[in-house]
Amino acid sequence: MSTPSLLYLDNVTVSFDGFRALNELSLLLVPGEMRAIIGPNGAGKTTMMDVITGKTRPDKGDVLFHNTIDLTRLDEPSIARLGIGRKFQKPTVFEQLSVRDNLLLSLAGHRRPFGVLFARQTGEERDRIEGILRTTRLGQHADRLAGALSHGQKQWLEIGMLLGQEPELLLVDEPVAGMTDAETAQTADLLRDINRTRSVVVVEHDMEFVRALGVGVTVLHEGSVLAEGSLDDVSRDPSVIEVYLGR
Amino acid sequence: MRLPAYLPGTVVTAAIVVAGALLMALLNLLPASFPLHVPDFAVSLTAKYLSYALLALAVDLVWGFAGILTLGHAAFFALGGYAMGMYLMREIGTRGVYANADLPDFMVFLSWTHLPWYWYGFSFFPFALLMALLVPGALAAGFGALTFRSRVSGVYLSIITQALTYALMLAFFRNDMGFGGNNGLTDFKDILGADLHAPLTHAVLLLVTALSVAGALLLTRAVLAGRFGRLLTAVRDAENRTRFLGYRPEHAKLLVWVLSALIAGLGGALYVIQVGIINPGEFAPGNSIEAVIWVAVGGRGTLSGAVLGAVLVNLGKTLFTGLLPELWLYALGALFILTTLFLPRGLMGLRRAPEAAAIAGEPAPVTPEMAVPEDAS
Ligand SMILES: Nc1ncnc2c1ncn2[C@@H]1O[C@H](COP(=O)(O)OP(=O)(O)OP(=O)(O)O)[C@@H](O)[C@H]1O
Ligand SMILES: [Mg+2]
Repeated sequence: MSTPSLLYLDNVTVSFDGFRALNELSLLLVPGEMRAIIGPNGAGKTTMMDVITGKTRPDKGDVLFHNTIDLTRLDEPSIARLGIGRKFQKPTVFEQLSVRDNLLLSLAGHRRPFGVLFARQTGEERDRIEGILRTTRLGQHADRLAGALSHGQKQWLEIGMLLGQEPELLLVDEPVAGMTDAETAQTADLLRDINRTRSVVVVEHDMEFVRALGVGVTVLHEGSVLAEGSLDDVSRDPSVIEVYLGR
Repeated sequence: MRLPAYLPGTVVTAAIVVAGALLMALLNLLPASFPLHVPDFAVSLTAKYLSYALLALAVDLVWGFAGILTLGHAAFFALGGYAMGMYLMREIGTRGVYANADLPDFMVFLSWTHLPWYWYGFSFFPFALLMALLVPGALAAGFGALTFRSRVSGVYLSIITQALTYALMLAFFRNDMGFGGNNGLTDFKDILGADLHAPLTHAVLLLVTALSVAGALLLTRAVLAGRFGRLLTAVRDAENRTRFLGYRPEHAKLLVWVLSALIAGLGGALYVIQVGIINPGEFAPGNSIEAVIWVAVGGRGTLSGAVLGAVLVNLGKTLFTGLLPELWLYALGALFILTTLFLPRGLMGLRRAPEAAAIAGEPAPVTPEMAVPEDAS
């Protein structure tokens, strides 16, 4: 293959008790790309992220990172350490820890228990955390428990934790759910900014947001790709219109 | 790095334990006619409570901070106790009933002709002390590696820990195990040449135990105060989420689990010196459950609360069993239920800073459901 590929899903099938959540799904992401994934509820968007991050093993198919590394053979921590970060659809932060401590744990670096045990926070780490707090506008909330944040703030914190990991590829599942229009616009700006140095796959139902991202769109339906192209292209596609309006 | 809000007071508690023990030991040395004289039995009882405090600290470390509700920690405590008991047994020498220099009495009684290999080395105190730590530590390492890797957690893990201690109890009851069977190890004479029945020995033992509790408090505090403590909180509350950050929660749990077993083993070793006997009853499932109750009463996830709970509940037990022995188990059960209902953060919850308590859903209610990690998705 001559095209460089960052992530290549090849004919991936996942079934739950006979029901195919992913049905021979194939998808190619090139380095530096940002891709939006849309599709009706139950289309398999989250399941796709589960497969990429090692949470779910596919019944069939390969998931190749950088053309050579087969992610289906690795577990979640190994995949995370390779540089694939994930924000969950339901924001999942460590509620009993402060915002600052959530970010501290996310920072790239110590992962082995003894390394963590003897880790002392460096000035560089402190600066990284301050930087992320500024980027995610969580500065005034830094010392609050994450559990006390609003839904939208938790979304931002989780994006901040993604930044802390410094992943090469970010998988972002419904980042603007529960956000105001202004926050949604800010999130689009933030993701575009992140995309200058990293690759991003973002799942979202909010079409205004997807439009604001201005990137290539893949439409998933019943576990397979229904259409691919710009948002304008796919929204003119009769099969996509059928899926979105016909039910 | 800022200390998590629930740890302050640890250093103070350590200081109080040591100062209190020192004071008791000194007052014990006064002639009995002085009004401030502390009787010998009070010294040994306090030392026993403090050895229980080590077990409680061990339980709190894994239950309060890593969400592992252990119902089998008395196994590590008892193994530490047996290791020390073996030394004390060898120390008897020819002063046993059968005056056999090579074999403990119970082996002579069973007509054994030579010492089993696993008794070698236990004549040496440093070796026995090392084993009192290493044997529980090794068992914890093996057990933890298997269960944490297979992602066994919550109630299932609690049940397995209970099964572990039960299995050990049955094994130690067998005479052919070589640990004295039903009767266990007892009739100890002295430790490092010091008479185990002399008041001065008990005063020194009280101090040593108090220093051990203080040391364990400071060690666990150091382990929890930094980044590792935060990782444990993360693992306790959302274990699966930590995997997607690249952590292996099973490794973090294993580390703290083994550390906890070492502390419990040390507690057991000190306990046996105080009480002069170790038998398979120490592995009884109920003992592990009692230890969990001490922690719940004192305040789960606070370190100091574990020490407080162990001392107070056992003091209560001593007083209560003196008056109404057959009712103690009911009283203990009632205490646990009342604590769960009215003092979910235990006695330590009473002194919690108001702003910390005000934060929604804040730490460590004592109910076991908290031990089940929430699924990240
Ligand atoms: N663990 C599971 N067991 C059984 N069925 C599952 C499981 N996970 C997902 N599914 C099913 O697979 C299908 C795809 O789910 P998925 O969560 O991937 O959809 P989605 O595209 O993310 O939808 P949404 O937009 O609602 O988040 C759904 O029908 C869902 O019910
Ligand atoms: Mg989804």
